[in-house]
Amino acid sequence: MNRKLVDLLVGLFVVLGFAALVFLAVRAGNMSGSLALSDTYEARARFDNIGGLKPRAAVRSAGVVVGRVTGIRFDDQTYQAEVMLALDRRYQFPKDSSAQILTSGLLGEQYIGLTPGGDSQMLAAGDRITMTQSAVVLENLIGQFLYGKAAEGGAK
Amino acid sequence: MISALSAPFRWLLDRLALVGYGTRFFLRLCGLGIAAFRRPRLVIDQIHFVGNYSLSIILVSGLLIGFVLGLQGYYTLRRYGSEEALGLLVTLSLVRELGPVVTALLFAGRAGTSLTAEVGLMKAGEQIDAMEMMAVDPVARVLAPRFMAALICMPLLAGLFSAMGVLGGYIVGVEMIGVDAGAFWSQMQGGVDWIEDVGNGVVKSIVFGFTVAFVALFVGYEAQPTPEGVAHATTTTVVVASLAVLGLDFILTALMFSST
Repeated sequence: MNRKLVDLLVGLFVVLGFAALVFLAVRAGNMSGSLALSDTYEARARFDNIGGLKPRAAVRSAGVVVGRVTGIRFDDQTYQAEVMLALDRRYQFPKDSSAQILTSGLLGEQYIGLTPGGDSQMLAAGDRITMTQSAVVLENLIGQFLYGKAAEGGAK
Repeated sequence: MISALSAPFRWLLDRLALVGYGTRFFLRLCGLGIAAFRRPRLVIDQIHFVGNYSLSIILVSGLLIGFVLGLQGYYTLRRYGSEEALGLLVTLSLVRELGPVVTALLFAGRAGTSLTAEVGLMKAGEQIDAMEMMAVDPVARVLAPRFMAALICMPLLAGLFSAMGVLGGYIVGVEMIGVDAGAFWSQMQGGVDWIEDVGNGVVKSIVFGFTVAFVALFVGYEAQPTPEGVAHATTTTVVVASLAVLGLDFILTALMFSST
């Protein structure tokens, strides 16, 4: 087989291979998403209970992804969870916006929902979102329900 | 003193010596492999021989495995009403495990055996001895370019395998069964991390490339220079390389994904 043809076939193979890897990273993975969110500013929020929230979870406002959770740590001064959020610089939120931990679907992933407030001042980098609502813990919910039922039964 | 040692102990010493010799051979291959790039022609020829000829089997089996994953995944996920996660299931199983592992097994069967047989026959035909007579290092001239070519080919083939598998899952899941195409891709992109999952898969395939290439060349180079010796060496390559890949896969998986 002549030289040129071998070179051509090897070139084709290598290009195909790299194309496949890029396809996996961009189309099947989240490379495009994580690169698009490179221009961000950081905000913090404290929660009493974060449930099953994980780093890299989405931050959504009105259902649109506006940022990601970059870190979660336990604050042993307040005994609360402190969550670091990276928000897209294109979107500004009022200072008194509230954050809650929501679940997509019944058993889906947990994410942070941002509800904008009415303040004229906007959140700046490093600000803390003060109004937060914890994750709903299924066990507590069932416990409350059972207590309610028991109280009802006792009243009869 | 040695002759006084009992048979099992001597056997153990032999094995240990083989491990030591293998390690030395491996390091020598790595060092000479880098030097082999001074003559890229040799490496390119071997990429053609090892990579291009494995392309058909890798692409077809990737597609078929994607089909099967799509079908089986759908049957199980449907029970829990989460068919939309099919894309995630297919892609995660491919990029984390099946892509690197099955590619390495096929690669050992397709390319590893031909490398072993080729090197073994060169030895049986006294070509290796002839090179040594001419003061040409057969490890540098014959083995190192093949080693490098196999190293380059493995991750590319594994990537192609996974990509074909994802396409296969898409064809079965979306085109034939009717899972929503948007959910298929968005669940996949939501759950597959390009460093954690795709990157670790590539690391795995590179490690497997080292394993298969080293086993194939070492076994071929150490083969008895007879027809039976070469036949035996080819079988050994498939058995040892496959077991090594599966064993290493367990260790690598435990290291990479245990924290998540």
